[in-house]
Amino acid sequence: MNFGENIGTGFSNLRANKLRSALTILAIIIGVMAIMGLWSILQGLQNNVEQQLAILGSNTFQVQKTPALQMGRLDRKYRNRKNVTVEHALAIRDKASAVKLVGPEDWQFGVTVKYEDKKTNPNVQLAGGTPEFAENNGYFVAEGRFITNNDVDRARRVIILGKDVVKKVFPYGNPLGKWVRVDADRYEVVGLLEEQGAIFGESQDNQVVIPLTTFQNVYGKNRSINITVQAWSADDMERAIEQTVAILRVERKVPPGEPNDFEIWSSKTFIDTFNNIARIIKMAAIGIVSIALIVAGIGIMNIMLVSIRERTREIGIRKAVGAKRRDILSQFLTEAVILCAAGGIIGIALGIGVAELLAATTPLRAAIPIVPAFLALLFSSAVGLFFGIYPATKAARLDPIESLRYE
Amino acid sequence: MLIDIENIEKLYELGATHVHAIRGISLSIENNEYLSIMGPSGSGKSTLMNILGCLDTPTKGTYLFRGEAIQDMNDDQLAAIRNREIGFVFQTFNLLPRANALHNVELPLVYDGTPARERKQRAVEALEAVGLADRAHHRPSEMSGGERQRVAIARALVNNPSLILADEPTGNLDSKTGEEIMKIFEKIHGQGNTIILVTHEKYIAAYSQRAIHLLDGKIEREERIEDSQKT
Ligand SMILES: Nc1ncnc2c1ncn2[C@@H]1O[C@H](COP(=O)(O)OP(=O)(O)O)[C@@H](O)[C@H]1O
Ligand SMILES: [Mg+2]
Repeated sequence: MNFGENIGTGFSNLRANKLRSALTILAIIIGVMAIMGLWSILQGLQNNVEQQLAILGSNTFQVQKTPALQMGRLDRKYRNRKNVTVEHALAIRDKASAVKLVGPEDWQFGVTVKYEDKKTNPNVQLAGGTPEFAENNGYFVAEGRFITNNDVDRARRVIILGKDVVKKVFPYGNPLGKWVRVDADRYEVVGLLEEQGAIFGESQDNQVVIPLTTFQNVYGKNRSINITVQAWSADDMERAIEQTVAILRVERKVPPGEPNDFEIWSSKTFIDTFNNIARIIKMAAIGIVSIALIVAGIGIMNIMLVSIRERTREIGIRKAVGAKRRDILSQFLTEAVILCAAGGIIGIALGIGVAELLAATTPLRAAIPIVPAFLALLFSSAVGLFFGIYPATKAARLDPIESLRYE
Repeated sequence: MLIDIENIEKLYELGATHVHAIRGISLSIENNEYLSIMGPSGSGKSTLMNILGCLDTPTKGTYLFRGEAIQDMNDDQLAAIRNREIGFVFQTFNLLPRANALHNVELPLVYDGTPARERKQRAVEALEAVGLADRAHHRPSEMSGGERQRVAIARALVNNPSLILADEPTGNLDSKTGEEIMKIFEKIHGQGNTIILVTHEKYIAAYSQRAIHLLDGKIEREERIEDSQKT
């Protein structure tokens, strides 16, 4: 086989038919570009999720009534569950030996915080919590203090402000000691939180925290709460979860053999769930791109047949001077592979480019997917090889004399 | 003995119509002979030439090339013989349009696995032998007919074949250029090569030593060409 000759002819032929070559591999370019772009963004998201959730700590988990990630409407099965209550939290606190801290908390999304003529958009997240809230959620107080047991016991009207809220409502003065309004109710600012950054592109600083008891007075007690639980160490996580589950099953009177009527999730379960979804999306993308590549392959086969017809004389000349069947076969296979690999490379470059562009202009992140890039190159070359076989075999079998006579 | 064909026939079957292009030809050709094949159009010159050149196999009869039986060989075996033993020069030049002269001349060496460096060197030498060293990097479209045919001759020479076959090599050239080409063949013959030339022009055949005249796929007559006939 004459590798140099094949590659040389392949490239010169590609150059001689630039437009046709480009059109032929367009489907490959688009297919590879789409999957590389998608992959890059998904990988970026996954990295981001893992990074961000690592902040939450590997030794905390949450108890909730319903799953954290739920596609579509809440299932009736979940809605009909008993609420998670403060009593449950207290039971865990009393009985679970592997558990260090238990923080019952409740959330209200979309409140407005107001001070004098300044107010936030109605998109602030209001948490009702206990002193454990700060440590379990990885929050730190920058100024003033956090919620105390005393605040909780007396249902005091005190509030801790997140950084974004401070910027909006107190652009100049010191907020400590001031009274702000959250929707209709007034609270005294006793503490300010350190900047948290964003998780999934959503700011974690657009938050305010009040005592859980106060929260329940305002927003009602008949709501299901979240319980954040911190194990003594990462090694105690499994035991802490087991104990928590056992305690809750007793508290909530779940008959033996029945599944839990509550959800436990840690950053690990969240990452697992997210990775699962990402995997499904990737598989679907691979499926679609495979179809695109097959379509592309058929196009390539068609164009190769045309090209071989046009180059019948060339084939005749090569055979006349001694090219064997396998020489012609490898020449046209090489051409098909070069063509498709070129499509693959262009697609990879464009896909990564699009992902980087998205990453630069949106909160999305991009990761350069090296293994998928290699696979994309491999598969597009394989498409060339596979769909090149039929035309190349046809070329290899041409009769030299008839080829030389061909006009 | 270089070539020994015995009673060969060639039958083309195109559906219902049969064309009996060669109807029993026997012929022996010695090393360093210069033979011309003459005859009217359709008499079977090219068909015979293709068989002698191992591009095609006879339907019947035997063909010994340096003692090897050609008639039973498969495609790839024939390709190997062509590559090693035979150089072709065609009426229509048959050069690769996208390759330059050097690469066109190299082509037979590509298929016998000659390393690139040696290939290039031998191609340059072959181009020098036909007086085209300065055109090595020109494409066929940038050359005159005579130059193209000289590139084709260089290609036919480059693998030091036992036999050079030329099918009406001057047919597409004006008579002056044609004579230049014939001078080159004369020189090659002088260096010990065997040449078979197809032509229907007497003054071209006059360059050879022996002429066979075909008619309807048979040898009608054979003549020795005396030096006195040469121009
Ligand atoms: N591939 C072919 N199929 C059918 N008939 C052919 C083929 N090649 C040549 N012939 C026929 O064989 C006869 C001899 O052709 P050819 O050898 O080309 O003659 P010449 O070269 O003397 O003009 C002609 O009648 C021609 O039509
Ligand atoms: Mg002819």
